[in-house]
Amino acid sequence: MSDQAVMTYLDESELPYFFCPGCGHGVITDHLNAALVKLQLDPHKVVVVTDIGCSGLADKYFTTNAFHGLHGRSVTYATGIKLANPELKVIVLMGDGGCGIGGHHLINAARRNIGVTVVVFNNFNYGMTGGEHSVTTPPGGFTSSTPFGQLEYPMDICQTVAVNGASFVARMTSFDKGLPDLLAKAIQNDGFSLVDIWELCTAYYVPNNRFSKSLLENTLTSLNLSTGVVHQATRAEYSRAYRQSVADEAGKATLTSHPILPHYRSNLDRRMGIIIAGAAGKKINSAATLFCRGAVLSGLWANQRNDYPVTVKSGHSVSELILAPKEIGFSGITKPEVMLLLFKEGAFTVHTQLAAMNEQDIIFINSDLLPVKTKAKLIPIDFTQTGRWVSKKEYWSIIALSKYLSDMQIYPLEAFKEAVSARSEFAEDNLAAIEAGEKLC
Amino acid sequence: MRELINGVQAIVRGAIHSGCNFFAGYPITPATDILLYMIRELPKVGGIAIQAEDEIASMGFCIGAAMTGKRVMTATSGPGISLYSENIGLAIMGEVPMVIVDVQRMGPATGGATTVAQGDIQFLRWCTSGGYPVIVLSPTSVAECYSLTRKAFDLAERFRIPVFLATDKETALTISTVDVEVFEKVPVRERQIASAQADFVPYCATSPDEIPVFSPYGGAHILRFTTSTHDEHGQLTKSPEKVRKLNERLAAKVETHSDEIAMVKTDIQPGAETLIISYGVTTKSVEEAIAVAREMGGQVSSITIHSLWPVPEKEIKAALLGVCKVIVPELNLGQYSLEVERLVPDGVEVVGIHRVDGELISPDEILEQGGLK
Repeated sequence: MSDQAVMTYLDESELPYFFCPGCGHGVITDHLNAALVKLQLDPHKVVVVTDIGCSGLADKYFTTNAFHGLHGRSVTYATGIKLANPELKVIVLMGDGGCGIGGHHLINAARRNIGVTVVVFNNFNYGMTGGEHSVTTPPGGFTSSTPFGQLEYPMDICQTVAVNGASFVARMTSFDKGLPDLLAKAIQNDGFSLVDIWELCTAYYVPNNRFSKSLLENTLTSLNLSTGVVHQATRAEYSRAYRQSVADEAGKATLTSHPILPHYRSNLDRRMGIIIAGAAGKKINSAATLFCRGAVLSGLWANQRNDYPVTVKSGHSVSELILAPKEIGFSGITKPEVMLLLFKEGAFTVHTQLAAMNEQDIIFINSDLLPVKTKAKLIPIDFTQTGRWVSKKEYWSIIALSKYLSDMQIYPLEAFKEAVSARSEFAEDNLAAIEAGEKLC
Repeated sequence: MRELINGVQAIVRGAIHSGCNFFAGYPITPATDILLYMIRELPKVGGIAIQAEDEIASMGFCIGAAMTGKRVMTATSGPGISLYSENIGLAIMGEVPMVIVDVQRMGPATGGATTVAQGDIQFLRWCTSGGYPVIVLSPTSVAECYSLTRKAFDLAERFRIPVFLATDKETALTISTVDVEVFEKVPVRERQIASAQADFVPYCATSPDEIPVFSPYGGAHILRFTTSTHDEHGQLTKSPEKVRKLNERLAAKVETHSDEIAMVKTDIQPGAETLIISYGVTTKSVEEAIAVAREMGGQVSSITIHSLWPVPEKEIKAALLGVCKVIVPELNLGQYSLEVERLVPDGVEVVGIHRVDGELISPDEILEQGGLK
């Protein structure tokens, strides 16, 4: 940027404004320009983000960067821009319509205190589509979609963002001389700012309601609303707060490769399907992953497909495992060779696979779940014989997998022990559970 | 050397290795793990990852960030794509490079949150107003989750367009053993930034099928971005000549470069009169079915489509030579088969194999329903 002062941020070649005669939008645009001139910001470091509606025409007049986005979403683009590059001054121009359809984004931008300035061109109706009512249409107001008068209560945009964490909130009318200074203050605020500017829509709201400057001011009074700064707070600005909160993470190793070096041997010479039918919250999936890790340590290929409902701590949890001496293709199991039937929740969901099993197949079954109708060979596990593990159901799948490995020698139990030891958090208990399973033999 | 990882981890790793430094998303089963990984991992490489207030904001954040020069990604599932729709249109219009992961689950509506499906394949192509093209890649394995994520970033940069990674609950969440060596490295494509000295016109492309050069917000030039039909300066226009030029270029930049995008894997058996066309999770079953069929003396070929959109027509037509019957297994009621049907010569039978019950199509079903037994 040159040292010379910027006299205007408006593109003279685009003037005069395209707004209707008497519309407040041109006045607000002029005042915003005056605020920018006062602040002398580098136009390259300013992004004017506009919404849909007549106010969305305003960005074309500025010599700064511009982003004209979808209806109600302007605050989200502004948030993305500010988050990505905090040194930019981001100014959102939106109408009362945008505040309605994008109300959720306004609230959340205020909650974050993201450093953007929202300027609301509030003229109580939709000027671009034909004068329909908006979230700010005053009680009884006549619009093309409220021909019998507005029944809905008007949204207080200022209070909405103020109670949700905004750090600078002000209301003014387009007739107020102090508007450039107020806008400059809003832009300078380090956090989320909103200026709600009341104005006249000479195309619709004025003729439909014989509305005027004095009636606009009366509406403010009747709704008990004040002008000027209505709320100020000191809070950390989000894009910088985010950077501070993650500062210690910089340079840490990200998801890197954790290769598994096979150093045990398995004699498995065919694909084997194993189903663990368990219950949610009983560590079925994590036990299955450790079991797969043991298999890979033994030179096998392993696949683990989990099935569960959307609930986390209730309902079934079923892991379908495939072990094979070569790379595994199809990840489904139409007929398992082995099933660990541990909890009734899981038992309910594996009927089809259970029915498909035949005399060569084996089911390790929690003896509480007996009898069960199947052609497969049943090997009961009585968890009351496991000592302290009887009450620790989240280790039952480890115990059952250990018994299965001990009985069938699919791969060495030592490999399973090594796999559980690699996960330090529960390593000790997991190892003890493997030993408990071994003793069941 | 082997690893035990799932598709989500491969996608996250692929994104980070592609220089992804901005992610915004909203929790949705079965895509949530991508959001959670990115929130933990991106700060380690100086990136930003955030949970937005909804899917619409996720896209909005990503689009805004992309225009400051970030490499952005978001991830969701079918119901989230519904909410992404309007901003997908914006990303097409504004020529925003971005990667969108769709971990497909069963629809319609909330459907089956934890249930596999391939029901979004036509939806991804036609999900926004106007019908302008996008690019959709589809991995069949954990290793391809990595390599196609990298390819998605590459194509997003090359064409300044949203590129989808259409995966599914099984491919993303099934934990598999993979050979570390099979992770295909795709070079990171550097973004071409407009020179500070030269004049910059934000939507001026070098030719009717090319992209404009990029300049970020906060960079050397003033950037004007708009959702509305615009001229080369990014100013709204209704001039029929300028409107036509823009709209035709938005399509041509993808369609005339389909050779640069097309990714298929063919397994042609000379003399085979049956061809199986598949993509995504279903491909694994096809490979097993083909092995069994050939072992029994059957003759059958296959083509796996890694780039679903634009449809790799030349490659599919080449695979169709001498074929009398085409089998298209899909976890939907027949979506990509619509594309196949318009490409097959008269007299060629197209057999769709469909499942919408949350179960995978097994190799046996392909052999039986495809008449290969």
